[in-house]
Formats: sequence, C-alpha cells, structure tokens
Amino acid sequence: MKEPYEKPLIKKVQVGLSNKFGSVYGRHLRPEIDGVPISDLVSRFGSPLFVFSERRLREKYRQIYQMFSTRYPNVHFSWSYKTNYLDAICAILHQEGETAEVVSEFEYEKARRLGVPGSEIIFNGPYKPISALKRAVQEGALINIDHFDEIYDLEDIAEELGNSIKVGIRLNMDTGISPQWTRFGFNLESGQALDAAKRIVSGGKLILSGLHCHLGTFLLEPRAYAKAIEKMVDFAYELEDNFGLKIEYLDIGGGFPSRNRLKGIYLSPEIAVPPMEDFAEAICDTLLSKLKPNDFPKLILETGRAIVDEAGFLITTVHASKRLPDGTRSYVVDAGVNILFTAFWYNFKVELEEDIPGPAEPCIIYGPLCMNIDVVAENVQLPPLPRGTRLIFSPVGAYNVTQWMQFIRYRPAVVLVGEDGQVDVIREAETLDDVINRERLPERLVLKMS
Amino acid sequence: MEKLKRLAINEEGFIFDPVSGNSFTTNRVGLWILQKLKEGKTPEEIISELPGYFEVDAETAERDVTDFLEQLRHYKLI
Repeated sequence: MKEPYEKPLIKKVQVGLSNKFGSVYGRHLRPEIDGVPISDLVSRFGSPLFVFSERRLREKYRQIYQMFSTRYPNVHFSWSYKTNYLDAICAILHQEGETAEVVSEFEYEKARRLGVPGSEIIFNGPYKPISALKRAVQEGALINIDHFDEIYDLEDIAEELGNSIKVGIRLNMDTGISPQWTRFGFNLESGQALDAAKRIVSGGKLILSGLHCHLGTFLLEPRAYAKAIEKMVDFAYELEDNFGLKIEYLDIGGGFPSRNRLKGIYLSPEIAVPPMEDFAEAICDTLLSKLKPNDFPKLILETGRAIVDEAGFLITTVHASKRLPDGTRSYVVDAGVNILFTAFWYNFKVELEEDIPGPAEPCIIYGPLCMNIDVVAENVQLPPLPRGTRLIFSPVGAYNVTQWMQFIRYRPAVVLVGEDGQVDVIREAETLDDVINRERLPERLVLKMS
Repeated sequence: MEKLKRLAINEEGFIFDPVSGNSFTTNRVGLWILQKLKEGKTPEEIISELPGYFEVDAETAERDVTDFLEQLRHYKLI
C-alpha cells in the first residue's frame, strides 16, 4: 500500500520576524466565474483567456450611477473608450445609458460604427486632427477644447460651415494632489483659462457652454474632486457674470480608483481605496452647496476604470516552475506583460482554480516572454503549484485589452459571460494572418529555398 | 553528504543543524528523501524508488526531488 504523496518541501524556522499585520496569506480560490467553471472556459477557449462578466459590469455601472443620481438631479455618464473599447463592452454600457467619450478619430469612428450618434459623443484630448474635428462638429459631438490652437481650428471650421459651434474647454487646476496634471487644458490659477474664454467670446464663432477637467488617475482622495467642483462652479459663474454665457455642463472626467492594489501600497484595496460613495458625496455635496438655487447644470462623469476593472479576469496556466539562486520559487505562466499592461502598476489578486495542499511561500510569477521585464506578479503567497495549475488574475478589466500589444506571442481570446451564463467570444484569439496581413515583402527579398 | 550526517532529524520532520544553529521543518516526503540521502543513496536512486513508496508518477518524482535538492543546497544542507 503506497502512501499519499505531497510535494517535498523544507522550510527554515524563523523566529522574531512576524509582522504586526499578521500573515497576509489566505487561500484565494476561484473555481468559476459567474457560475461557469474555469476548466470549461479553458477547454473551450484556451489559455490564457480574458473573461468579462456582463453581470458585474452592469451591476457596477448601476451602483455608481445610483450613487450620483440620488445625490444630484442632472447626472450623465460617458463611457471612456480608451479604458476598454471592445465593442461588446461599449455596447453593454451604451445599453445602460452611457454616451461615448473618445480621445481620437479612431475611437470616434469605432463609436460611430457601433451605432452611437455623433450627438452622443464627447470628443476630448490634445490631438484632434482637423478632418476629425470637422466631422465631429458636423455630427453634433460635444467637443472639449484642449489648447488655443484648437480654438483657431474650430473657428476656421465654424467659418467654413457657416455655423457657430457649442464647445467646452478643459481646465487644469491645483486641487491639492500631486502630481498635478497640467499638460491638458487651460490652467485656471494662472488666468490662462479665463484668457481662453475671452478669446472664444471675442471670436464670436464658438459658444462656450461647458467646462471639463480630469484630475489624474487612480485618485484616492475624494476631497480633490470636491475642490475641483468648487473651482469649476466659481469659474462658471465668473464666466456667466462677465460674458453673459450659460455654462450647461460640468464634466469632472474620471480617474476614480477600482478595487485594485497599487504597487507600493501595503494595505488591501478594501482598506486603502475609499468607497465610491465618498467620491459621489464629495462631488454632489459640493455642487449643491456652491450652485445657485434652481441651477442644476449637467454633471458629466467619464469614469472608466471604476466601472470595468472588476468585471475582467485573466485565466493563466502554469507552464514551469523554477527555483531562483536566492531560493525564491518562481513560476512561468502563459500570459505576460504584453497582454497585462497594468501589471506594471498593480499587484493583482491571484486566485487558484482549486485548493492545492502544501505550505505557501512567496513566489514570483513570470510571463512567457523572453524578456527580463516580463514579471506578472511578485511576492505572491502560493502553495507548491503543479504544472498546469490555473491561476486567475483580477481585476484586469481596465486598460489591458486596449493597451496590450502583439509582441512575441499572439493575443488571446476575450470572452463574455452573459447574465444567463452563456459564454460568447467577444474578440477572437489572434493568428499569424492578423500579424502579417499588413506586411509587404518586396519581390526581390522573397526567399528562394528549395 | 557530510553536512547531512551532522543534522538531528526527528520523526515529525523537525531538523536541527548543530553547526549553524538553524532549525528547519520538512514534510513526510521531504523527510523520506532526507533519510535516503543520509543512507548514501544517489538522487537517481531516490527518484527511481520514490514512486514505489508514494502515490506519484516518475516524472513528478524527478521534478520534485530535483527541486527539493535545490532547496537543500540553498539552505547549505548538502
């Protein structure tokens, strides 16, 4: 009778090194995503595999929308395309009532192709080519101006079309946080924003009707948003009083955090990341206390990450394990930083498909790229993992499927688990044809090999 | 394997190195491998014997024994 097997391990007994937070290891298991077993997903669609949950996405949107709409009567959400512009993801959020917030002609075309009318697109960003700007104007998009040159461009277009154009301007300002994003829009404190408004008014071709700002990314300080709203409302009334304008909307942008763990922050996101209610309260309370009675300009939010990040998972498979010279255990998995761009700034939650016996030890998880930078996760407490073990990384719904790149390996499939448990491919895995379709080999370089 | 012979190893898998003063813990399979090493068995012999004692296939045995020896080397026990 043979004895049951467990992977042989030896561990040095350490005394006096316990940390005051206690052990950070709890076994994290994720045998399924919204009722669909991980093993089914992998056997049908392969590994690695991005999986999005429609239920989580819709629920998160509705939660956040409710937080704002119950506190302020005129709230509007616009989906930040750059955060995730997969058609299926955008379509879900458009169904929920979001318009499209785009920052390039490519994103604009993608939104239009999906069926979003121009009048339901917000066009932001520092680079709007004339042709794209003209199309956006003709189709009634809302344009937030980034710099003086864009004012001149829009005036030219207004003249050419013989119409005046409603526009907003993007502001940047000091809200007490660092780094302060000053490269976008017009600075408020220096008087640049007022100069821009004066210029727009004196030109007589554009109608200034909105103010936009976007403070930064993954901001953990609700008071920064309160400060921004305070400054925007003051500035809006200054413009209305001096130039007889009506500021119809205040667009606070995005930058809200998800429940992800930023590198360098030890505490878990449940503790370190303020709940979204805190942001809603800071923004809406400030609005209601600063606005004149019966004045409720439209509040626009362009939140991307906070809505989609937690709806996304990445299933990976352990391909190999290796002990490093310093004794650290490392694993090679089949997904690298080329498809998991946010690995550079987050420590993801790493979950096992099933419980694996054995003591946990701190491990490094490497991707499959033959590149030294391909580190997907560090210092993850994991039991000894057999080859073929599935690891599930989350939250990965924001930015990865837009910032990923085809590099060394093909990009994997992306699937969506529907609310009734059905699974649809929303982006097929790449093949060689996807990579070489745009390449041209001059005839004289064609290899003649027998 | 001289270093191994000086180690005090009890039946529960607690190991004491009287020279360095370090203590270690190991599991049942680890303990079995250590005993075989003390008996003077080579890694190849241990790999081939392991599936006869435990519910494990030859390939996993080879991979895990190799990794265990690396751990011992890291702790300067062999």
